[in-house]
Amino acid sequence: MELFFSQILDGLSIGSVLLLAATGLAIVFGLMGVINLAHGEFMMLGAYVTYVVQSALKPMGGLIFQLYFPVSLVLAFIVTGLIGVLLERTLIRQLYGRPLETLLATWGVSLILIQLIRSVSTAMMLGIIVGVAAGLLLTKLLRAKFSLKPFFTYLNGLGWAVSIVIGLIAVNIFDQVRPLSKPWFGPRNIDVTAPKWLQGSWGMIGTIELPGLRIFIILLSALLLLATYWFLNKSVWGLRIRAVTQNRQMSNCLGIPTDRVDSITFGIGSGLAGVAGCAITLLGSVGPNLGAAYIVSCFMVIVLGGVGNLLGTVIASMLLGIIQSVIGSGTLLTVFPDMPEAARGVTEFFATTSMSLVLVFIFIIVFLQFRPNGMFPQKGRSIDA
Amino acid sequence: MKLFQRLVPWILLAVALFILPAALDDFRLNLFGRYFALAITALAIDLIWGYTGLLSLGQGIFFSLGGYAVAMYLMLNTKSLAGGNGIPKFFENYGVAELPFFWKPFWSPAFTLIALWVIPAVVAGLVGWLIFRNRIKGVYFSIITQAALMVFFHFFNGQQKLFDGTNGLKTSTSELFGQLVGSPDMQVVFYRLTVILLPLAFLVCRYFTTGRFGDALIAIRDDETRFRFAGFNSVPFKTIVFLVAGALCGISGALYTVQSGIVSPQYMSISFSIEMVIWVAVGGRGTLVGPIIGATLVNYLRSLVSEALPEAWLFVQGALFIFVVVLMPDGIYGWVTNGGLKSLLAAFGIAKKAKTYPRLDEEALPVD
Repeated sequence: MELFFSQILDGLSIGSVLLLAATGLAIVFGLMGVINLAHGEFMMLGAYVTYVVQSALKPMGGLIFQLYFPVSLVLAFIVTGLIGVLLERTLIRQLYGRPLETLLATWGVSLILIQLIRSVSTAMMLGIIVGVAAGLLLTKLLRAKFSLKPFFTYLNGLGWAVSIVIGLIAVNIFDQVRPLSKPWFGPRNIDVTAPKWLQGSWGMIGTIELPGLRIFIILLSALLLLATYWFLNKSVWGLRIRAVTQNRQMSNCLGIPTDRVDSITFGIGSGLAGVAGCAITLLGSVGPNLGAAYIVSCFMVIVLGGVGNLLGTVIASMLLGIIQSVIGSGTLLTVFPDMPEAARGVTEFFATTSMSLVLVFIFIIVFLQFRPNGMFPQKGRSIDA
Repeated sequence: MKLFQRLVPWILLAVALFILPAALDDFRLNLFGRYFALAITALAIDLIWGYTGLLSLGQGIFFSLGGYAVAMYLMLNTKSLAGGNGIPKFFENYGVAELPFFWKPFWSPAFTLIALWVIPAVVAGLVGWLIFRNRIKGVYFSIITQAALMVFFHFFNGQQKLFDGTNGLKTSTSELFGQLVGSPDMQVVFYRLTVILLPLAFLVCRYFTTGRFGDALIAIRDDETRFRFAGFNSVPFKTIVFLVAGALCGISGALYTVQSGIVSPQYMSISFSIEMVIWVAVGGRGTLVGPIIGATLVNYLRSLVSEALPEAWLFVQGALFIFVVVLMPDGIYGWVTNGGLKSLLAAFGIAKKAKTYPRLDEEALPVD
């Protein structure tokens, strides 16, 4: 029985990570109808921010190093949030009202982010800066001279193509210098060691040990969920966000700056993903491909819980986490040793991590046969609500 | 000129059938065979995405099912791959003494030829029906097909005792008609087969996209609610078209498997199934020529970039996704046919002026 409870605790902590990630995704999807397939990569960025903070604070040692984790939580939120805002301003904004196309475009972004983390080096960073600067300069020059000509748009595109070539040449030149060409992270996995106060146990309930890491993750996600709830329901911008979610055009008419609402929402959604990535570093080593493992589960949480409903997201993510951990670890077999032969065979069949995922997805598809809009569907009068 | 236009497809077919095998070396020819096999998948995706508006991210399921069907047949019927008790060797590694029951029908070549497209079709019909009958559509459809893809991926990946798990089934060392499947002669045969089947797939897609059925598909894509309110049930239309696409993907997967020499759960990875969509987007969705151009072009580009700079491919691919979606939503073929090329030339002032070229009134009026 103790094993069973510790597995449930495990499931809750997996569910909490899912919750952290899925909350951001649900807000973005519910509000803007944008399917962000790069969400998993934002988690990955958050994990790498944690790694950078840890490496930077390690030499200081002592108390400062012990506190690196809270620092990296905040930094991960800020960095990924800012990248999210940048992405929204440049790319997502062009694609509103075309959800399937945001899906493809953000997948492109996620591919670029993965490869960027794998091969980024100082030389590459400098090259990118040179390329972007050249592009901006060129467009400015071209705009001054040809802005009224009919071929201006094509010329502009040509200008950017030229600046990409300039950037590539710059990367190659900088690459000649040894210290600049060393990749920052490389394709390998990175390890983050949890600070001392998180390792070990945080006391006992009865005979069940409370592992610090797991409890910390659960508390963290509960705290962030409360913060999100407060932000959405009590703050001015939260009010605006909810208004835009319900009726974008009407909110626009009433003077709500919907484009700024979009930026803020996307920033917060990405920031939450960053925090989730930060929490994932505590569970094991992370690599550039981290995102793919979580993104499908996150979407499942949204489908199961219904869009724009925090309670649905909570229940769905906890459910998924617990099913995955309890069945995947095969705990059921040890807890109920004398179950009938048929049930035993089935349980054994699904008692690996990947097979438990199979079971979870089958469960979801079956569930949707009865509740096609998730547990808590949005109520509305239009047919497509 | 009209005659020439009518002859173009035949000329292309003749080039692909006779000139390419003579002009290219074995390796390149094999690559082109793979591209054409993938073009069939692109056609299938165009059928469901370009014409019906269903963006499926799970076509990899049907692709791999076709591949596995053919690979199982080849594994069973190759003497050199058999272990002690007459079943493929890899089973011994996992201590499986008896052939799993669903492998048994694949002894028969006739069954395999039917199964490689019927099994994917049935699975697609079932999955499609379960999703469509609940009126799940749009983005939710995409997400659920992706989840279904993950179900199959984890199932094939985790079941080593049934499918050799991650390793996949290797077909290049198996034999067909007493010849090695991986040998150059066999590869040319498979190449020719692909070149013949691709136009047939094209005709199938044209059959389904023209006429009343095709009109219904386009109506579903453009406004499904209105289609339903007009008294039609959209479920059978969508299920049938998804089923046909599944069958085409199965055929494509089988052709691809024999030419690439292996089928593995990697064919069911999330990224591969999304890549298939981008072939269609690059070529031009909603046209039947576009996907063939797109699949060939993107995969050729992939080979070129991966050979020169393996690390750069993800960058290029990511940029391609963004570029096509933002700047060229009609794809290459759509861009040309919608007058994109003409307006480009016109912008630079080298276009042929139309007879009714607009001009200022003063010029048009005779000056007295």
